[in-house]
Amino acid sequence: MKPWPASARLWWALAALPVGFLGLFFLWPAGTVVVRGLLGEDGWGGGDLAGAFEVLTRSRTLDAITTTVGLAALGTLGSLLLGLPAAWALSRFSWRGARTMRALVTVPFVLPTIVVAAAFQALLGRSGLLGGLGLDQSAGAIVLALVFFNISVVVRIVGGAWESLSPRLADAARTLGASRARAFLRVTMPALRPAISSAAAVVMLFCSTSFALVLVLGGSRIRTVETEIYLQVNQFLDLRAAAVLALVQVVFVGIALWVSARARAPRPPAAVEPARPPRRLERLGIAAALSPTLLLLTLPGIALVERSLRTSDGYGLDHYAALFGEPPARSTLSAPVWQAAVTSLLTALVATAMAGAVGIVTAMLVSRRARRASALEALVMLPLGVSAVVVGLGVLLTLNRSVLGVDLRGSWWLVPIAQAVVALPLMVRALVPAARAIDPRLRAAAATLGASPWRVLWRVDAPLLRSATAASIAFAFAISMGEFGATAFVARPDRPTLPTAISRLLGRPGIENVGMAFAASVLLAALTASVMLASERLRTTVGAEL
Amino acid sequence: MSGLSVADLRVTYAGRPPVEAVRGVSLSIAQGETVALLGPSGCGKSSLLSAVVGIVEPSAGAVAWDGEDLTRVPVHKRGFGLVFQDGQLFPHLTVGANIAFGLEMAGMARAARAARVEELLSLVGLAGLSGRGVTELSGGQRQRVALARSLAPGPRLLALDEPLSSLDADLRGRLAVEVRDILRSSGTTGLLVTHDPAEAEVMADRVLRMDEGLLV
Repeated sequence: MKPWPASARLWWALAALPVGFLGLFFLWPAGTVVVRGLLGEDGWGGGDLAGAFEVLTRSRTLDAITTTVGLAALGTLGSLLLGLPAAWALSRFSWRGARTMRALVTVPFVLPTIVVAAAFQALLGRSGLLGGLGLDQSAGAIVLALVFFNISVVVRIVGGAWESLSPRLADAARTLGASRARAFLRVTMPALRPAISSAAAVVMLFCSTSFALVLVLGGSRIRTVETEIYLQVNQFLDLRAAAVLALVQVVFVGIALWVSARARAPRPPAAVEPARPPRRLERLGIAAALSPTLLLLTLPGIALVERSLRTSDGYGLDHYAALFGEPPARSTLSAPVWQAAVTSLLTALVATAMAGAVGIVTAMLVSRRARRASALEALVMLPLGVSAVVVGLGVLLTLNRSVLGVDLRGSWWLVPIAQAVVALPLMVRALVPAARAIDPRLRAAAATLGASPWRVLWRVDAPLLRSATAASIAFAFAISMGEFGATAFVARPDRPTLPTAISRLLGRPGIENVGMAFAASVLLAALTASVMLASERLRTTVGAEL
Repeated sequence: MSGLSVADLRVTYAGRPPVEAVRGVSLSIAQGETVALLGPSGCGKSSLLSAVVGIVEPSAGAVAWDGEDLTRVPVHKRGFGLVFQDGQLFPHLTVGANIAFGLEMAGMARAARAARVEELLSLVGLAGLSGRGVTELSGGQRQRVALARSLAPGPRLLALDEPLSSLDADLRGRLAVEVRDILRSSGTTGLLVTHDPAEAEVMADRVLRMDEGLLV
C-alpha cells in the first residue's frame, strides 16, 4: 500500500505544521539558549567562551552539579532497592490484593510533581506527621520523593520482564545442583539484567529533571542545576549564567537518554504461564517486600489531606474555603487561588488544543514508515531530550517580545505555548502505536472499494483512532494542568497557574499559606488524576476494539 | 481489446539490494473469464496481483482495461475489487455497513444500498446477518462477507488473493465451487492467486504458473 498521503508534496505540506510549530516554539528558543550559553549576549558576533567557563567554575555551579548527580544516584538506588522486591512480589505470584497494589504503585505517575512535593512537605515538614525525623529541607526528603515517583518505573519495566521469565529456568538450574540462592544469582538475575539497567537509566533521567521536588523540598540549601537556573533568572537576573547552566542540563539529560537508549530492555516474550499463589514462607517475603513501598506510597497522601484539613484550632474545611476568598495578606499571591485554577484550566485547554492539532497531524505522518517519517518523529521527541526548565527558559529568552508582528511580551500566551511543547512529545508517543496498529491492508481494502485517500482517512483511520486520540488528548490536558518546570518561567506573577500558586504559597510561612497550598494540591491532584483515569479508561477500550 | 491486459509488468521493492518480485510479466484476461496464478509462496504472484489492482506501484510495464491505460490511475478509480486472504473487514462497521462501504463510495442512495446489501448477503448465503458485528463471525463467514463486499460495487475485475487459504480443507472445497458459481453468474472477470493446484483447477477457466517472478 502506498503510504498516505500519496504524494511527498502533500506530506511535506502537512509536515509544515509540526515543523513550523516546533521550529518557532522549541528549536529557536532552545537554540538561543545554547548560543547564549556558549557565546553570551552578543551571540555569534562578539561572543566569549571564557564567560561560559567562568560560570562553570563558580563554586555555586559546581555545587549544583554535584548535588544533581548525587540526588539522581541516590534516587535511582532507592528506587531499585524498593522497586525490585516489589516487582518480584507483584509479578511472580497471584494473591488477593495484588491488583490493588499494582494500581497503587502507578498512582504517583499521574500526579503532578508539585503535588508530590507538597505532599512530602506535608509529611516531613516541621509540623508534619513525620516532622520528628528532621528531614525538613533535606536531601533525604528529596530522595524519598524521587523514590516515591520512580518505584512504578522499576515495577513496570522489571516486573514485566520477570513475569515473562519462565520459573522452569531456575528449576532446571536446581536439578543441576544449584541452591535456591545460586539459581537466583546465576540464572534469574542475568536474565533480568537488561530490564534492570533499562529501568535504572529511565529513573536516572526522571531524577535529573525533578525541578519542582527540589525547589520545594530543598529550600534554599539544596540546589540542583535546574533550581540554579531558576534562581539565576529570578533572583540574580543573570541570564548568561542561566543559559550556561541550561547547557549543562541538556548534557545531563542527553547522557541519561543515551544510556537509556543503549540499555533498552529487549521486548519480553508473552507470559509463559500464569503466576501461582504464594506458599506460606513466600507470603512473609511478599509482606516484607511490599510494606516499605506501601508506607512510602500512602503516607504522603494521608499527610497532605490531613494538613489540608488542619486549622489553627483543630480540623475543618477552612483552607478549602480560603481558596475561594481573597489571598491572605502575608502571601505573595495577587489573586485568589480559584482564579489560578481558572487560569490553569484555560491555559491547559489552549495548550491541549495546540498540542492536539499538531500531535494528531504528526502521528498521522509518522505512522507510515519512511525515512522522512522517522526524522519528523525524532524532531517531535526532541523536547523530551531537554528538561522542561530549559524549554521554559528558552521561551522566556526568545518569545518574550514581538514575534512575527505579534507582541508576546509578558503575554499570557507564552504559558500554553510552553505547556504544549512539553505535552506534544508525550502525546505523540501515546498516539503513534495506535496509528501503526492499523493494518495498511485495511486502507488498501477501502481504496479498492472506491475510497479516495481522504475518505480512507476519514472512514477508516478516524473511527479506528477515535478512542486513542481522545485518550491522548486527555493525557495532554492532564500534563498541561500539572506542568510546573516550564510554566514557572513564563507565568506572570499576577496570573499564576494552580501549580505556580501552590509553589508560591508553600514558600511562605504561616499556617494559612501552607494550609491553602495543601488544599490547592488536593484539588489539583483530584483534577489531574480524574482526567488521567479517564484517559486510561479510553485507552483500554481501544485495545478491546482492535 | 476487451478485458484486462498486462504488459511487461515489473515490481521492485526498495532495499539493499532491491528485491525484484515481478520481473516482466505479460498476460491478458478476456471479459468474464477467470484466470488463476499458481505458484509457490514468494514467487511474486501476490505482488503481480497487487500491482494490477493498484495498491503496489509497478517499477515498469503497463496495466490496461479495454485498451485504456490504467497504470497511472489511483486504486480507488480503477474499478477493480480485491478479496484479501484474511478478509480485512472493517472492525468498526457491521456486516451490512462493510458490504455497503463501496456502494456509499460510489454515491448510491441509502434505500438502494440496503436492497443491494440484502441481495449480496443472500448471494453468499448469509441472509439476515446484516446487523452483526464482524468480530462475531466465523472464518468462513468472514470470507463470504469479504467476497460480498468486493462484489457489491460491481467491479469490472475481481482480484482474489488466496481467498480460501485461511479456512479448513472441507470448507475450502465447498466455497471454491460457490465462489466460481458466483463469479460466473455475475459475469465478473476474475484474477485468482493461489498455491493450491486443486483450487485453481476448480475456480479458474485457465491456469497460469508463476515462478521466481516470471510466468512459466
